[in-house]
Amino acid sequence: MSVTDAPVKIAGDLQRESTPRGAAVFDVQNVGVSYDGNLAVHEVTLPIYEKQVTAIIGPSGCGKSTFIRVFNRMNDLIPNAKVHGKVLYHGADLYGKDVDPVEVRKQIGMVFQKPNPFPKSIYDNVAFGPRVLGWRKELDERVERALRRAALWDEVKDRLKKNALGLSGGQQQRLCIARALATEPDVILMDEPASALDPIATTRIEDLMHELKRDYTILIVTHNMQQAARVADMTAFFSVDIAPEGDRTGILVEYDETSKIFTQPSDQRTEDYVTGRFG
Amino acid sequence: MTTVNLKRRGRDVKGAAFKGVLLLSLIVGFATLVTLLVDVFRKGWQYVDETLFTNPPSIDPAIAGARPAILATIYLGLMVILFTVPIGVGTAIYLEEYADRRRWYNRLLELNIQNLAAVPSIVYGILGLAFIVRGLGLGQVLLAGALILTLLVLPNMIIASREALRAVPDTIRQGGYALGATQWQVTARQVLPAALPGIATGSILSVSRGIGETAPLIMVGAVTYVAFDPTILGPFTALPIQIYQWVRLPQEEFRALAAAAIIVLLGILLSLNAVAIWLRNRYQRRW
Repeated sequence: MSVTDAPVKIAGDLQRESTPRGAAVFDVQNVGVSYDGNLAVHEVTLPIYEKQVTAIIGPSGCGKSTFIRVFNRMNDLIPNAKVHGKVLYHGADLYGKDVDPVEVRKQIGMVFQKPNPFPKSIYDNVAFGPRVLGWRKELDERVERALRRAALWDEVKDRLKKNALGLSGGQQQRLCIARALATEPDVILMDEPASALDPIATTRIEDLMHELKRDYTILIVTHNMQQAARVADMTAFFSVDIAPEGDRTGILVEYDETSKIFTQPSDQRTEDYVTGRFG
Repeated sequence: MTTVNLKRRGRDVKGAAFKGVLLLSLIVGFATLVTLLVDVFRKGWQYVDETLFTNPPSIDPAIAGARPAILATIYLGLMVILFTVPIGVGTAIYLEEYADRRRWYNRLLELNIQNLAAVPSIVYGILGLAFIVRGLGLGQVLLAGALILTLLVLPNMIIASREALRAVPDTIRQGGYALGATQWQVTARQVLPAALPGIATGSILSVSRGIGETAPLIMVGAVTYVAFDPTILGPFTALPIQIYQWVRLPQEEFRALAAAAIIVLLGILLSLNAVAIWLRNRYQRRW
């Protein structure tokens, strides 16, 4: 791909019109993440809007995966990670004193880079969340609904009791999405959900995102710019600052409507990245 | 035109030599096992009969059996499993899933367990004599023997269980947490079931190692002549000790009896190991 036609090509991938902007679900205020005192993500401030797809793009090592884990407190599981700043979720501080991370994760689901189905049956994978929440009534219906929403039902309805590890990579990832949907979350975080999948499986996941954003707020981390252009309403571009000692810190460079980011970025670094001159 | 040279550049002497060394190491282990089995079977097979399983030992080799020793070894195995599995698996879960490795006491605990696994079994025997037989006042009984074998097997059991837990990929734990599960739910419903085949395999191998032990049982007073079926709180003997006693006797027939008892002991141990291998193959998982 030559440098000059990159923006045009990506612009062709852009969605016709982005979803009208609703209220902010998250209000991120001066959020940073550090590991052992080394800053991995620096002072990010941005709002995330309801029922939209928001993409986080940037070169590797820019802290996008670290940043998305701020929203469901997954960084709590890493012993030496520390999050500072404020993340308001519908006005409530996610990092407030009496907030239980387990409660946060019930509201905010997550899909990971590598499909990670549990080594159990397809049914048990989807039913795990509801069972954990103590929802024992109408479990079959709940499982079916989640699998239908994840566009997987027709492929698996005759083998619900079979081990999930027997599914293809793309099916496993849709199962993971179904698993996240079964707990009826408000927000779904996706950390490079298609990076381990082939192009056809990727397309299915992207189509699914278009479907799901009618009911859910979706945050997606991706290193694939075309993917961001195809699915996202808003895009945040992260870059990485490398200190003389070699410490890498991710910084938010620009946050705007996806079409703006890809056609008229206001920062030179964004332009260099989306035109393929860097990264 | 460019010429390409694809000819072999001499023989790979180092590679062939290395392969030879590897093969030789394999043969040493295998030949030892085969020699042992052939020798033992040749000497003792004719004595592996009903008498061996039904009769107590006797000064007359014709009617001597190893019933009390065989039963005691089986009881020991069962009791050791009963005691070590809950404690061993519990410790492993704590160290792998809950312990914060930045705390000094957790690191100390880990170091201790690794060292305990390397302590000679006779030392456990002395410990058992001091603290279990005399300290607890249990006396020289089967239960004391089982407790001392438990202590002996525990470090290996913990290490094996930890390895099985560590083999469960972290993505499984993260997947569970991301669905709003608590640590208890993730551990009990995902990690432990996934690690269970590995834990079972490791446990069986550790226990089979333990019931072949002689030294610590001698220390806690396993006696060589027991003419009745063992009870948990009664005096006892065990197969390795029975074998030791028979080998020491001057008559040739007793040596053959010892060989027969070795066949029985090997039979018990190898079938335990076979169960372990079966479990491993049956439930082996590719992530």
